[in-house]
Amino acid sequence: MDATIQQLAQTLRDASANKTPLRIVGGDTKDFYGNPCTGETLSTRAHRGIVEYEPTELVITARAGTPLAEIEAALKDKGQMLAFEPPHFSKSPPSPLTPLPHRGEGKSTLGGCIAAGLSGPRRPYAGAVRDLVLGVRILDGAGADLRFGGQVMKNVAGYDVSRLMAGAMGTLGVILEVSLKTLPLPATELTLHQQHNEVDAIRLMNEWAGQPLPISATAWCGGDLGIRLSGAASAVEAARKKLGGDVVDATQAATFWQGIRDHADPFFAKDETLWRLSVKSTAPAITLPGTQLIEWNGALRWLRTDASASDVRAAAQEAGGHATLFRHGKSEDGVFHPLSPTLAAIHRRLKKTFDPAGILNAGRLYPGM
Amino acid sequence: MSALDKPAPVNVARQHDVATALRAFLPAASVLFSAEDVKPYECDGLSAFRQMPMVVALPATEPEVQRVLQTCHRMQVPVVPRGAGTGLSGGALPLGDGVLLSLAKLMRIIEIDPLARTARVQPGVRNLAISEAAAVHGLYYAPDPSSQIACSIGGNVAENSGGMHCLKYGLTVHNVLKLRAYTVEGEFIEIGSDSLDAAGYDLLALLTGSEGLLAVITEVTVKLLPKPQRAQCVLAAFDDVEKAGQAVANIIAAGIIPAGLEMMDKITTGAVEPFVNAGYPLDAEAILLCESDGADEEVADEIERMKAVMHGSGAVEVRVSQSEAERVRFWAGRKAAFPAAGRVSPDYYCMDGTIPKRALPRVLKAIADLSLEYKLRCMNVFHAGDGNLHPLILYDANQPGELERTEEMGAKILKLSIDVGGTITGEHGVGVEKIDSMCDQFAAPELAMFHAVKRAFDDTGLLNPGKAVPTLHRCAEMGRMHVHAGQVAFPELPRF
Repeated sequence: MDATIQQLAQTLRDASANKTPLRIVGGDTKDFYGNPCTGETLSTRAHRGIVEYEPTELVITARAGTPLAEIEAALKDKGQMLAFEPPHFSKSPPSPLTPLPHRGEGKSTLGGCIAAGLSGPRRPYAGAVRDLVLGVRILDGAGADLRFGGQVMKNVAGYDVSRLMAGAMGTLGVILEVSLKTLPLPATELTLHQQHNEVDAIRLMNEWAGQPLPISATAWCGGDLGIRLSGAASAVEAARKKLGGDVVDATQAATFWQGIRDHADPFFAKDETLWRLSVKSTAPAITLPGTQLIEWNGALRWLRTDASASDVRAAAQEAGGHATLFRHGKSEDGVFHPLSPTLAAIHRRLKKTFDPAGILNAGRLYPGM
Repeated sequence: MSALDKPAPVNVARQHDVATALRAFLPAASVLFSAEDVKPYECDGLSAFRQMPMVVALPATEPEVQRVLQTCHRMQVPVVPRGAGTGLSGGALPLGDGVLLSLAKLMRIIEIDPLARTARVQPGVRNLAISEAAAVHGLYYAPDPSSQIACSIGGNVAENSGGMHCLKYGLTVHNVLKLRAYTVEGEFIEIGSDSLDAAGYDLLALLTGSEGLLAVITEVTVKLLPKPQRAQCVLAAFDDVEKAGQAVANIIAAGIIPAGLEMMDKITTGAVEPFVNAGYPLDAEAILLCESDGADEEVADEIERMKAVMHGSGAVEVRVSQSEAERVRFWAGRKAAFPAAGRVSPDYYCMDGTIPKRALPRVLKAIADLSLEYKLRCMNVFHAGDGNLHPLILYDANQPGELERTEEMGAKILKLSIDVGGTITGEHGVGVEKIDSMCDQFAAPELAMFHAVKRAFDDTGLLNPGKAVPTLHRCAEMGRMHVHAGQVAFPELPRF
């Protein structure tokens, strides 16, 4: 065990014994996300670097503090990528309310990316972050060094604790290392622009998803529909002919999709309350007041609205999913969709299993855990 | 565990009470306990392990499943869930003092939503039946374990089943959206959602592959994919296994993710060819089957690139299927590998380790050496694209000592899989079969964590007890306590 890990483990053992709450921080780019959580800062940034990358195995293993950009550069060099297109929220300035020592270097890290469990525009076609996680090494709340999963594609030995870490918001352990499945970069990409109203756009995106087309992203906002095609040049060209629409300039298209991914797009620039509605892709148009940006063939609907939290949650549930108060919300509304009593009880017991003293990012996912 | 462990006697004293309690709400024909009635349930696809259940319950509806669980929980009776019983690791092996809960009667396809590309089905629906029902919409369910004509979706979720097309289309965990399930107390839970994620912890991932230890699944919503326009297969023959292994790496390095990428060694092609007449080159040391699917243009491109890589990797022969019939013939031999093993040998034992692909030559060499050492023939079939190796050890259970030798050789192959950085099971599950090898793969604190996760769902330990995760005591007794970095769980506890 290297010195950094020993130090982290010792901190956890001490904090566990003294019931000192800890706030785990990587690049500190997602401080805005989740319920408020206080505690002594436990930084993972020193634990960085790519441990192993063998392109022909389609697997990369890296330490939690490794900047995502470093990983992506290493992959790109070998013609590969993180197919879930993780968002980098590095452009967002730290909130003035964040105490100075907590402000990071503004670079998304692998650990934060896994813990937040957020995926970008390619998610419906290539899988979410949890789909590409193959293994993890974590320190649990008591400082025990544990490994789950591994570095191979298929592994059903033991419960799938690795994927459980994706989206757990750091409440179940301090992620030390992650192995991820990588995929080849597409040979060609091309973005089409069409104009449709919301209802037609939702229907069309779903119809296309039911056909063997090389679509790798869709985004609709205010009547404009962007469709990204990725794959062999011949297949992209055939799909372009079939779908029609204007071809978007490649540089402009790259900026556009990155803007959607990283929330740098003008849609996300406003200070209004931003909701993330994850719904059934075919769910009818959400009729709440406000402005929407739709991704994932209709399965992800970003909504800027002043509607009440209960109205938004009811609408998301009606649409077969759940709503997250993503940014600029009122803290009393809670960020994540409430769980059924039985599921909430299971969550609390799992939390206690991994973090008996309740010191890891306490309350960040749900109050009291 | 060893197949030679003795089955436990059926608890006859409790049998009557439990059957009576279940018959209070289930028809008499749905509660079985006479020896001849329960005999068909004494094993699953791993027939070397047999155990008569105390009682078999066959509920037909979700409320009946719930009442079976409530009743068993109240009476403190262990419950073993079972789907189609095709599992290969003994996950559905009954208990002599337990209720075998068969979900086979819940076999309705509830809804296919072609626009949303989902199917909502009961757990007893066969894997292939989902694709058959979705076919009219041009859709299919991607995971295709080789038992897909018989295995059920509930069992697929419990085992996180794979298949030939996992590298490109993923395992069961990547293709399931939502579960309806009941806890051991009979409380309803909904896991996942109709959208692409759900609030809270990813319990969908945790339940998938949990081998029936965490909850009983009563409904599954799966993702459907558009059927590819076209599929074509390249068959490449190599005079050296290592070259075939290198060709696999070269395919991936070329940026290709084949729809299927399978390897068979010479013993295997020799065994299957007489049965399927696939036209395999029998003098080749190894053959690769490499499939491309997708849009017409894409497949045409990809097949050319695959051919070039195979030639460049030293293939002695490269063929491309020229018709759907020929493609099916190429695959027929691969799909017949298990039955063929059954024809050339009275018994066979199928291993399921996954290894990093680069370790393939080393592992195949070691298996060949073990084969000589243990005087047991071994056929190697390999999901080469994702590193999942299925050595089939051929043996004769009627020859004294052969089963013991087979099990020992199997355990050595699993140990080897771990040593090269892989895992003891890629898709068949741990069940009872590989439970001792779990002591090699995981350190005590990790095994302790698995037990704690189980308790978070099932505090009583009544749901499929004794499967999937060995007790620390068992590992210690086996002398196989694996300690890494000098760490032991609960070092303060005495260790016998």
